[in-house]
Order: sequence, then C-alpha cells, then structure tokens
Amino acid sequence: MIKRALALLLVLALGGLFASLMSAYAPDPELNPTARYYAEHTAQDLGAANLVTAIIVTYRGLDTLGEVTVLFLTAAIVGLVLAQSRRRIPHQPVPGGELLATGTRLLTPLILLLGVYVFVNGHLTPGGGFQGGAILASGVLLVLLADPVKPFSHGLISVIESLAGTLYVLIGLAGLALAGGFLDNRILPLGEFGQLFSAGAIPVIYSLIGLKVGAEFASMLASLSETEDL
Amino acid sequence: MSPILTGMTVLLCLAMIVAALAAIRVKSLPMAILAGGLVSLILSVVFLILAAPDVAMTEAAIGSGLTTFLFFFVLSRMRGGEDD
Repeated sequence: MIKRALALLLVLALGGLFASLMSAYAPDPELNPTARYYAEHTAQDLGAANLVTAIIVTYRGLDTLGEVTVLFLTAAIVGLVLAQSRRRIPHQPVPGGELLATGTRLLTPLILLLGVYVFVNGHLTPGGGFQGGAILASGVLLVLLADPVKPFSHGLISVIESLAGTLYVLIGLAGLALAGGFLDNRILPLGEFGQLFSAGAIPVIYSLIGLKVGAEFASMLASLSETEDL
Repeated sequence: MSPILTGMTVLLCLAMIVAALAAIRVKSLPMAILAGGLVSLILSVVFLILAAPDVAMTEAAIGSGLTTFLFFFVLSRMRGGEDD
C-alpha cells in the first residue's frame, strides 16, 4: 500500500515536472547562429541535400566516430561475455514453423535491400548509417528467429566490421591530408546537388557506418542466440 | 503547427499512453511485447509530425523493429516461464 502510494507520488511529481517544462516552452522565432550557419552553408560547402546527415557525418564527424566506437565496444563486450556460455553441442530447438520459414525467405532480401537503400541515400533522404544498419540487423534477426540452428559466420561479420571501421578512419585521415580537416568530405568531387553520387565522401562514410552498425548488431544478436539456456 | 496536426498529435500521444498501460497490464506476454512495440511505432509517427524524420526512422527501426523482434526472440527461448 505504501509502495503504491509512493509510486503514485513519484509519477505525479514527474508529471508536474514535465508540465512545468512544457508550459515554459516557447519555440525560438529564428534559428540560433550555429544552426543558421549550418542551414546556410551546407548545400554550397558540402553538397549534401540532407542537413542532418551533413552535420552527423561531416561537421560533427568526430562525435559520430566516437558513437561508432562505443557501439563497437558494446558489441565486443557482449561477444566476450556470451562466448563463455556458448553451447558446444547444438541441441534441437523449437522449429520456427512453415509460415515463418517461408516468409523469411521472401522478406529477408527485401529487408536487406531496404537497409542498403536507407544508408546509401543517407545524404539525400532522411535516415542513414545507423538506421540502415539497424534494418540490416533486423533482417539477420529474422533469419535467426526462423532457423535457430543455421550456422552464423562470425568470421565474415568481424571482417566486414573491422574493414568498415578501418576504412572509416582512413577516409577521415585522407580528409586531413587532402582537404580541410579530419573527416572532411571534400576529398571526392562534390558532384551535382541532389544526385546519388554527390556530397563527396558522405555516402561512402555513411555506407561504411551502415555496414559497421549492421555487423555489430548482427554479431550481438547471433551471440545471444548461440548462448546456452541458463 | 495547424490545429489539425495539433489535434492529431494529442490523439497519438493519448494512444501512446493507452498502449503503454496495456503493455504493463495485459496478462499475455506476446500482447505486452506488441503493445510495447506499438508505443514506439506511434512515437515515430509523432516524431514525423514534429518534423524530425531522421529520429522517426531511428525510432521505427530500433524501437519498434529491433527491440520487438528481440523480445519475441527472448520469449521463444524461455519455456514455461510465461506466468512470471
């Protein structure tokens, strides 16, 4: 009873907090100086149609490298912890069922294609490496759900993952040598605004991020599925 | 924001609260997982209305796609524990 009253009190306090935040909120009439700089200079300087991608991959590219590193560390730690309890002899798990198996065969290529589309077009349309990578991983997860005993190539996945990460850093260093700074996208020609091959190195970098994120999520999910039942 | 959009946002937020309540009150675990995924799905529509398509995409892919899948995956791995 006391516990319930306390929980209710906590919820009410949180609600009051959010209500006061909400009532004090007023949208800015105009962009602040930093935002205005990005909005005015992105198209002509970087050639990216999607402002958000230009900020994530180029202006704040170093932060993105950090984010990808955090994700990499997480995947590595999950792999390390779960590898201790990996099952030696595969036992017979519950089969996924005909509907799931057939649906997976039809849907997985389409899901993977959508993921690749999302990160290849990251500089033109909403979305990009992180979203595309998550879509790729959900395709892999569907396969794992439908057929739990299917062998999963951790070797291939780690090759993709490390290649993408190394190339990402190398492109960043190339920007340092050939263009204005680390992760500058102008090492490749900017091309025509709005075309698929435009915005310099942004599509390349975002594709690498997409592959890396997809590989990391997929390896985490696969280690999870290979773990011995506790 | 036009009044229609504001009304729609309020309706979606109410639906989100209902789905969130359903997720913790419902007896069957698959229904609870689906309700949890529904919260993320509606939230991604709200993000879209608030002109944040990139965030909406992340929410739809990770929040309602990957985590819902993952919960079902975990559910299929635990046997006999559905009453907990």
